[in-house]
Amino acid sequence: MMTKRRVTLTVNGEHVEPLVEANALLVNVLREELQLTGTKYCCGTGQCGGCTVLVNGEPILSCLTLAVAVDGADILTIEGVAKPDGSLDPIQEAFLDHGAVQCGFCTPGMILMAKDLLAHDPSPSEERIREHLRGNLCRCTGYHRIVKAIGSCGQ
Amino acid sequence: MPENRTRPAYRIIGKAAPRPDAWAKVFGDTAYAHDYTVPGMLCAKVLRSRHPAARVLSIDTGDAEKLPGVDAVLTAKDVPNNETATRFGQTHQVGGFEGLYRVLAEKKIRFKGEAVALVAATSEAVAEEALGLIHVEYEPLEGVFDPVEAKQAGAYQVGEDESNVICSYKVRKGDVEEGFKLADVVVEQTYRVPMVDHAYLEPESGVAWLDQDGVITIRSATQVIEHFRGIADVLGVSHNRVRIIAPMLGGGFGGKEDITVETYLALLVWKTRKPVSLTYTREESIRSHGKRHPYVMRYKTGATKAGKLVALEAELTSDAGGYVYLSPWVLLYSTVGATGPYDIPHVKVDSETVLTNNTFSSANRGFGAPQVCFACESQLDELAKQLGLSPLEIRRKNYLRTGDALATGRVLEHSVETEQTADRALEALGEPSGPSSPTERIGRGIASSMTSYGRMTFLHDTSRALVSIEMDGSVSVRCGLQDVGGGQASSLAQIAAEVLGVPMEDVTVYVGDSALTPLAGTTTATRLLYMSGNATKKAATAVRHSLVKKAADLLDVDPEELAMGDRQIYSAGDPDRAVALERVVKACAADGIPLYDVAQFNAPARELIDFQTGQGQVFPDFTFGTQAMEVSVDIETGAVKVLKIVSCYDVGQAINTLSAEGQLHGGALYGLGYGMMEEVVLDKGNTLTPSFAEYLIPSAVDVPDVKTIMIESGGGVGPFGAKGLGEPSCVPAAAAFANAVSDAIGARVCDLPVTPERILKALGRF
Repeated sequence: MMTKRRVTLTVNGEHVEPLVEANALLVNVLREELQLTGTKYCCGTGQCGGCTVLVNGEPILSCLTLAVAVDGADILTIEGVAKPDGSLDPIQEAFLDHGAVQCGFCTPGMILMAKDLLAHDPSPSEERIREHLRGNLCRCTGYHRIVKAIGSCGQ
Repeated sequence: MPENRTRPAYRIIGKAAPRPDAWAKVFGDTAYAHDYTVPGMLCAKVLRSRHPAARVLSIDTGDAEKLPGVDAVLTAKDVPNNETATRFGQTHQVGGFEGLYRVLAEKKIRFKGEAVALVAATSEAVAEEALGLIHVEYEPLEGVFDPVEAKQAGAYQVGEDESNVICSYKVRKGDVEEGFKLADVVVEQTYRVPMVDHAYLEPESGVAWLDQDGVITIRSATQVIEHFRGIADVLGVSHNRVRIIAPMLGGGFGGKEDITVETYLALLVWKTRKPVSLTYTREESIRSHGKRHPYVMRYKTGATKAGKLVALEAELTSDAGGYVYLSPWVLLYSTVGATGPYDIPHVKVDSETVLTNNTFSSANRGFGAPQVCFACESQLDELAKQLGLSPLEIRRKNYLRTGDALATGRVLEHSVETEQTADRALEALGEPSGPSSPTERIGRGIASSMTSYGRMTFLHDTSRALVSIEMDGSVSVRCGLQDVGGGQASSLAQIAAEVLGVPMEDVTVYVGDSALTPLAGTTTATRLLYMSGNATKKAATAVRHSLVKKAADLLDVDPEELAMGDRQIYSAGDPDRAVALERVVKACAADGIPLYDVAQFNAPARELIDFQTGQGQVFPDFTFGTQAMEVSVDIETGAVKVLKIVSCYDVGQAINTLSAEGQLHGGALYGLGYGMMEEVVLDKGNTLTPSFAEYLIPSAVDVPDVKTIMIESGGGVGPFGAKGLGEPSCVPAAAAFANAVSDAIGARVCDLPVTPERILKALGRF
């Protein structure tokens, strides 16, 4: 048995201290220890973006990140995107209004990438949006409505 | 009839309705197969063959079984009925169409990645370690990896005592030799299309457990909950002892039509009596699960000077891989679809599907249609080029129209708007773009397709739905469908809301439970809206009749005068004369009038076609559409940029415009990926592209916006005149892309995908 370590994380504003194995991946700690299954396991090799979460405001691939490597970090997952009163974030609202969700498996990663983009560029061009999403695969929508939804959030 | 019909005044049908399932998805709350846990759940892993062709000499599981934490290790000897056939909920069994496969390998290994043993252990790490402790002795065999080679006499035999040729079909119309004598121009070419993966983001996954009554309950990502029967047959238990629940799927595209994890889970649960979970890795998914069939297609087509097609001859060979699965079905779709949406007097099609030691192929979005569409549409463009006609001109001279017969004799009795879709798709490309550098060439291409929706009519397909209205006037729909992400459940909510005069939010749809929801068949064959939509409409209409009759009594008016809307039943001529739906429901309840209806919708049932001539009806109806593209090709590097894509379809009637357009957007890219970049590369049965780093699918930067045009002819056989879109929407894109590249460079690439290397080769640059 591998020795376990306690890591201190702030996940969606909540302080948590899960006990994790040294080789535990962040995606598994989020999904299995913290029951935050909105973060998806899709390829396990960092090629599709489905496991994207924001760590200290920056998007990272949680399937390639060891939980111990983000000790002390502030993490935002899809479950923390809505406002504290449960109402929708404007990006979530835009995804609904534009029909940007089909099977929904890429949606958490896409929404977190959009949050990251809009934090740096409040009114991104369509080209910039597409460039920003290049590492996030979607097989259902053809990206069209995802791009439109994010574009509609621009100021 | 080029003009669209006048649309009936629907309240909810045909609107852009945000889907109820999307809410949970944007919050990350949807519990997909892999997101579900059961206390005490074991983790399963599958040991897979390292050889594509080998004899299994012995399997020693002793060391693995001794490993602490291992609960079960199973091999073929533990499977009560190991040689089995997948059936897909058809009510009518037809010989020659059994999807034969083996649950766990024995005797001969037939493809690399074939499942040899199963392990269930307390953790993934232990299960993984146990796999390494199973000792399998193989005798590697020579194998055969090319379908054309595999069908020759004396070729290596993939199975034990069966021919490599699984089945063959013929279509015969007129006299093709005479037909070619009438031709002024004849083109002939061999086309090759690759194996491709579904690349859904959600890998194959499920959890299973024994419920308190001893029923094996499997919650898995499947397009077919009715696999419960086949799983029960494998275990040798009665059909009502296996239950499948389908949660929301993270994409299906045909890849979750065949059994994935379900039988393995059932066997392990049966053995251990404990809950078990199994999720494939991406590599496992790409290497070991079903793919789209590679084809070799020889086509010869003749036309007169005026551009009228007179003869078409095609020979199709599909590579089924190591097991039969759905290969005979897919091949029949290709055979019937080989002549495209064209009226050709003399036709000869011969097709075969062949076992090899490659990864097995089975259902994939389009089900045999994209392969032949690429070949047929390439031929049309080659003929046009030789005749000095435009691609649109030659197609317009040959499109099938309503009342015309296919080469199989089937008369198209419903709306056929192919010409309109082509005119409008091409027009929507707008002014041609200019090249942005001296080495760039701009090209345009179109491709049309006729793709079936609904299952083959000799399967006698049925679907059921239960619609009930609660005491407060809210509505429940129960339907054993699988929601693969296309808005399947949402469309039923819309249909019930339309019929019963309530807002969509008043309807809750319960889906995907083989024990609790009326069986509705598969979410495959672009049949869901057609079949379950009609069943739901039928059930809702029956409930409506009861309510309207009671309201007529309460209002003292003729039931014929009554309409429903805004949670009321009212006189159409005098809307103030109204009664609240809730009051009518309560009055019905008090009188013992049923507040529900279970309806069954039956597709037209036909006899099996004649496989020597292909004559007969195979499909209920078809969806017609055209995709147009503009590309720029750099003739120095072969690099292609897609500048514009238009997808135009006769959708019959869009139920939800957001969902229907969403299919057109996604379908165009699914097809474009096939044309442009996707290929599972195998070297003697070994997959060289086992991850998304090698198996590339379109990303957001590879493609422009897809412009969609929906024609609503109202001429479909689905509810409210709807046609099916899921598969049709992906079919012509690869052909349109190849035609656009050919137009740009003045040379043709005859193999998919049309890569920069192949473009340079076609240009004679290497």
